[in-house]
Amino acid sequence: MKKIWLPLGFIALVLLLAVGLQLNPREVPSPLVGKPAPPFELPLLHAPDKRFSQKEMLGKVWVLNVWASWCPPCLAEHPIVTELSKKVPVVGLNYKDAREDALPWLKRNGDPYQLSVYDAAGRIGIEYGVYGVPETYVIDQRGVIRYKHIGPLTPQVREKKLEPLVRELQARG
Amino acid sequence: MARILVFFLVILSVKAFGQDPDLDKRVAALATELRCLVCQNQTLADSNAPLAVDLRNQIREQMKAGKSERDVIDFMVARYGDFVLYRPPFKASTLALWASPFLILLGGVWLLARRIRGRRIEEPQLSQEERARAAKLLE
Repeated sequence: MKKIWLPLGFIALVLLLAVGLQLNPREVPSPLVGKPAPPFELPLLHAPDKRFSQKEMLGKVWVLNVWASWCPPCLAEHPIVTELSKKVPVVGLNYKDAREDALPWLKRNGDPYQLSVYDAAGRIGIEYGVYGVPETYVIDQRGVIRYKHIGPLTPQVREKKLEPLVRELQARG
Repeated sequence: MARILVFFLVILSVKAFGQDPDLDKRVAALATELRCLVCQNQTLADSNAPLAVDLRNQIREQMKAGKSERDVIDFMVARYGDFVLYRPPFKASTLALWASPFLILLGGVWLLARRIRGRRIEEPQLSQEERARAAKLLE
């Protein structure tokens, strides 16, 4: 009876570590999911004199993608964002970037965004709880955040998570 | 030359630290309570990641506008979640975190107690002859 406890405890420890060590500490659950998308009104990246507010997207399912030209993972996920933009409007939040870097970056890599807003100081980034660029939000017709992905998108995330969610939300109307 | 340098250093440091030592102290104190989400094992006070700098400025701005420590903490938690708190709050979802050290301690005490109680001190057994010898010696 006594002998069984030691290996049992050991197995429990191994299981705990096996699960715990495979979790990604960077994936902090966002308290914003299920809440209205924080309001903003920012100048456009392409046209500094024009402004855009998240309100203009009410009634549509859309994706907010936080990106910057200085961020290598943003370049890595760029083809996936491009693919995604064929299914759902994607708005870019150009985060703590400089226009003279961001615009050539889009020219070089293609511009999948319906438009990009320019958040040079990163203030709206703070409102959205951004801490690792890129980040991606799915927002529904009522302007509620339904999903947040931190870090570069992968083909799996796009196929298994984002697109099904977008389809479901669009169908709900 | 040296004078000019000192002059500039003084100007710079005044600019960097602001002119309100009380506010600086409160900002610094609160920054040690909040986690930098970029370098996760550092507080906002320790980290020099750009986001940590932004968030420290955010704290300063809000406090300057008259917000309390509680208000600023609520602002951060609303955006970054409980994870931003360097000392996690005690609630249902963190029960395991707070309780497990004490449970493990209790388990250890229980094991130890069982072991100690199970230990038996053997009473010396004397043979017939030894008893006889002892009786003789004690007479």
